[in-house]
Amino acid sequence: MDPVRLGAIARKEWIQLRRDRRSMILAFVLPLFLLLFFGYAISWDIDDIPLAVLDQDGSRASRELVDALTAGGLFHVEQHLGRYDDADGPIRTGSVRAVLVVPPGFQRSLASGGPAPVQLLLDGADANTATIALSYADAILTQHSQQVLLQGRRVSAPVQSDVRVWYNPTLESRNMIVPSLIAVIMSIIAAMLTALTIAREWERGTMEQLAATPVHRLEVVIGKLLPYVLIGILDVTVATIAGIVVFGVPFRGSALLLGGMTLLFLVGALGLGIFISAALRSQVLAMQVAMVATYLPALLLSGFLFDIASMPVALRAVTTIVPARYFVTVTRGIFLKGVGIEALWAQGLSMILFATIGLGLAALTFRKQIAR
Amino acid sequence: MSISWPRVRSLLRKEWRQIFRDPRSKRIVFASPILQLVLFGYAVNTDVQNTALYIVDHDVSAESRALVDAFTAGGWFRVTGSSDRSADLMHALDRGSARIGLEIPPDFSERLHAGGARVQVLLDGTNSNTATVAQGYAARIIQQFGAEAVPRAVPAGIDVRARAWYNPDLESRVYNIPAVVGTILMLMSLLLTALAVVRERELGTLDQLMVSPLTPGELILGKTLPVAAIALIDLVLVVAVSLTWFDIPFRGSAIALVVASAVYIVTALGIGLFISTVSTTQQEAFMSMFLFFLPTAILSGFMYPVHTMPDVFQAITLLNPLRHFLEIVRGIFLKGDGLLQILPELGILALMAVSILWLAVRRFARYVS
Repeated sequence: MDPVRLGAIARKEWIQLRRDRRSMILAFVLPLFLLLFFGYAISWDIDDIPLAVLDQDGSRASRELVDALTAGGLFHVEQHLGRYDDADGPIRTGSVRAVLVVPPGFQRSLASGGPAPVQLLLDGADANTATIALSYADAILTQHSQQVLLQGRRVSAPVQSDVRVWYNPTLESRNMIVPSLIAVIMSIIAAMLTALTIAREWERGTMEQLAATPVHRLEVVIGKLLPYVLIGILDVTVATIAGIVVFGVPFRGSALLLGGMTLLFLVGALGLGIFISAALRSQVLAMQVAMVATYLPALLLSGFLFDIASMPVALRAVTTIVPARYFVTVTRGIFLKGVGIEALWAQGLSMILFATIGLGLAALTFRKQIAR
Repeated sequence: MSISWPRVRSLLRKEWRQIFRDPRSKRIVFASPILQLVLFGYAVNTDVQNTALYIVDHDVSAESRALVDAFTAGGWFRVTGSSDRSADLMHALDRGSARIGLEIPPDFSERLHAGGARVQVLLDGTNSNTATVAQGYAARIIQQFGAEAVPRAVPAGIDVRARAWYNPDLESRVYNIPAVVGTILMLMSLLLTALAVVRERELGTLDQLMVSPLTPGELILGKTLPVAAIALIDLVLVVAVSLTWFDIPFRGSAIALVVASAVYIVTALGIGLFISTVSTTQQEAFMSMFLFFLPTAILSGFMYPVHTMPDVFQAITLLNPLRHFLEIVRGIFLKGDGLLQILPELGILALMAVSILWLAVRRFARYVS
């Protein structure tokens, strides 16, 4: 490996890149746009759930129950219903997500120690919202129930739990989405940027010129990689600052560690892009394959939004070959948990493995073509 | 604009052959929708189960073991580690090998019978969605355990009985799979039209078509009808797999689904055609398609509920054909809607179809002449 030749390739690639307006937009504008767009648009914070109330008891206890349910702002009463048969309508049209039915005799049952049943009808179609709404309602009503029952008595619940939420105590979805977004966006951008580079040489006929020079294939691959590594680091820096400043996401870990891990991830992702480019020789095809190979897996199989633990075994196995999965763990770990290398070394090793494979594949494929 | 059907027919035959001449096309057209369906169907899953649980049991009694059993009985939690030191739980959460921790104090069984035991639950809040749901599960398990362990300690109090409509088991798959149908139809229609016209232009074969006696109207029909047919076949394929493999209920009207899909496909074709006419190269068309599809998918209610988005974005979703189609398919699959119930959304979709098609045809006519 000759540093002079390496530098020459890197410089040439940089000049070529600077001239290509589309690549520049891809490198600098798109990541920030995606971060802002996703960061603002995606929210899983379910609050302000519209509720309909059918109070068949009409007592003080039932009114207190409704007040308790709506006090925290998680539910708000959208309408009051007169008859049980009316419950169907608002759920069907989607104007409410849940209906609380308080049966006659509720106050009496509660006063005598219960059980005092209430019914919660949910729009189960959106299972996610319904599950969360149910969890909220359960928690609020259980607490309310204890308060009412224990008033003036000397009993307490047999088991009480102190629940503490770490890393993201307010459970804001933005805190989970923004750090992992950086990982998802970088997987797409990295592969797409380099997917074009070698295919471009073929399409423009400059590959023969490159092949005629004494430059080694690993020098070409690494030389082509260098400008993009620089761009990638810059992208991650800008995205990190935007995440902290614009979205107010906490950054608890080490910036240096994030930089190092980003470097490992980028080499793998960029190497994959070069491999695709060298194997396909066509810019259009390379871009499509790069997109399919990175975008969907990064979005769906990285744990970005959907928990890997809840997936079937076969799909969980597939996620182990998605590099974004490791980088998502890294960004979340550094941003939210503030952990260091002692918690992230396995991810680091996996990314080193991917970087080696990515670079190796790129170099191997590249050589075959020059020989052809 | 007069249309000569024999001419259209021969163009259709040519287009159809062109699509399927490449053996890869068959795979793209028929295998990739199924692959996407399976991938999305399993991956886009917000059910919380198998959440990694770490146990720190300082009591080690029959009671504490019973509590741990209660945690794992429902399938929501799975014990991935245990220790007698609190610090180990902290490391497990840090490393991500546990998402929830249960710490049982040494005097747990004693205090349980005295009527006032405490346990500590620690949650990894990184994934806010999972944490919220897991928190609810844990609270319910602990409360139930307490009531069963010490039956007469506390009066029963309020008893919440939940009933979920349309999806009684609250499975996220039932909600997501019908939506995947919508994204797949959009993606296939866009891919096949957006790239097709530009490719012909790049290859120079568009010039040949232009010197033929075909009118722009005939050309558009020839370009779009085969794609519409393929999209409808994809619809049947994907719905069949949803019903047989994923066991998704289909409660509504099949006719309503076909009608709505046809209108929706026309909208998607119009968009594809439009992208095609504003792009000069395939690469540009592909980029534009990606930049269009990304926000379309995000702002549709497919992966994230529309009602949690900020108001500005909620307003934007009204312009999104996928959003309206998702309302329709979910209504048909889950709520048993027929033509009558989907009429308002269908009207909006039809309006979109007509306007985008009109725009695309105008641009296309200029593009070919």
